[in-house]
Amino acid sequence: MITGALWVLGCQLVGEVVVRSLGIPVPGPVVGMVLLFGVLTVRRAGKGEDADGGPMAGTLRVAGGLLRHMQLLFVPVSVGIMVHAATIREAWLPIAGGLVGSWAAGLLTVVGLSALLLRRRRAVGEGSGELP
Amino acid sequence: MTETLDYLRESPLTWIVVTLLAYQGGVRLRERTGGHPLAQPVLVAAGAVVVLLLLVGVDYETYWAGGSIIHALLGPATVALAVPLHQQAHHLREMLRPILVALPVGALVSIGSGMLLVRWLGGSESLELTIAPKSATTPVAIAVVDSLGGVPSMVAVFTIVSGILGAVAGPPLLDRLGVTDRRTRGLAMGAVSHGIGTSRSLHDDLTEGAFAGLSMGLTAIATSLLAPFVVALL
Repeated sequence: MITGALWVLGCQLVGEVVVRSLGIPVPGPVVGMVLLFGVLTVRRAGKGEDADGGPMAGTLRVAGGLLRHMQLLFVPVSVGIMVHAATIREAWLPIAGGLVGSWAAGLLTVVGLSALLLRRRRAVGEGSGELP
Repeated sequence: MTETLDYLRESPLTWIVVTLLAYQGGVRLRERTGGHPLAQPVLVAAGAVVVLLLLVGVDYETYWAGGSIIHALLGPATVALAVPLHQQAHHLREMLRPILVALPVGALVSIGSGMLLVRWLGGSESLELTIAPKSATTPVAIAVVDSLGGVPSMVAVFTIVSGILGAVAGPPLLDRLGVTDRRTRGLAMGAVSHGIGTSRSLHDDLTEGAFAGLSMGLTAIATSLLAPFVVALL
């Protein structure tokens, strides 16, 4: 359990340090996520053990606990909406329109492009005789 | 007696307990309603806490003394997204091109359409700059708005609303569009609704959640790199 927490927090700490010392405009935890992904890949490949009882079992448990209740972690920041009630009431139309419209536009773009590229890849794969 | 009441109002512990209780209420409600899209624990809990704070006359800063302790776990939770991603790593090769093309273009569309819509609907220029990075996860969006010259505390609200929008309306919309590929669904959820969308995806399906987490991370990177460019262009 402690080992698991150390891996997760350690990756975050290294991520925060890397981001600050290199001045990259990306949050430390995102870099930490990439680092932990690398650690898991190396450890798993090296030992060849399964999810439970493997060398990273503690990490999997800690991560599972954090992810199962991730929505809880957004509650405090969401409560902050009360501070901006006046501004939101004043400019509700551009805010609502901009948020909903660009949310939908972004979603449709990703879905459309991703589906298109997957279909093309599949078509190319079949044409050259290799598996998709 | 008043002393005890003052302690209760001022103590961070009270607000941690209140937040946990409200969240648990939200989870119960989701179970009770058989996973109704509107019964998102974050939405229910935040609503309940806001109502309580207004009723007892406690301001956000006092609440934040407790809330920030829960908020601090967001960082480790983001790192933890590496685990489902690792478990889905065998899907990554096939999804490489969709990831490298669809996510940056998606970020570009989110930033540009947000700014243009605010402009057309009569919003101020500061509002335009504030809405630009709202698809990125909250800490990134705040950092980007800081450098663009918008209102940092407002963008937190915008990202939260985008996230809740995704948790509530994302899966039904994707169903309506006939998107059944879990990987594509995850990419879309993470790209427009960051962590809140990701936690809804994780609850629905592990593969979808893993790709949402990956998409959230890459969208954060793309947004921080693309936003200044789009703002200069528009």
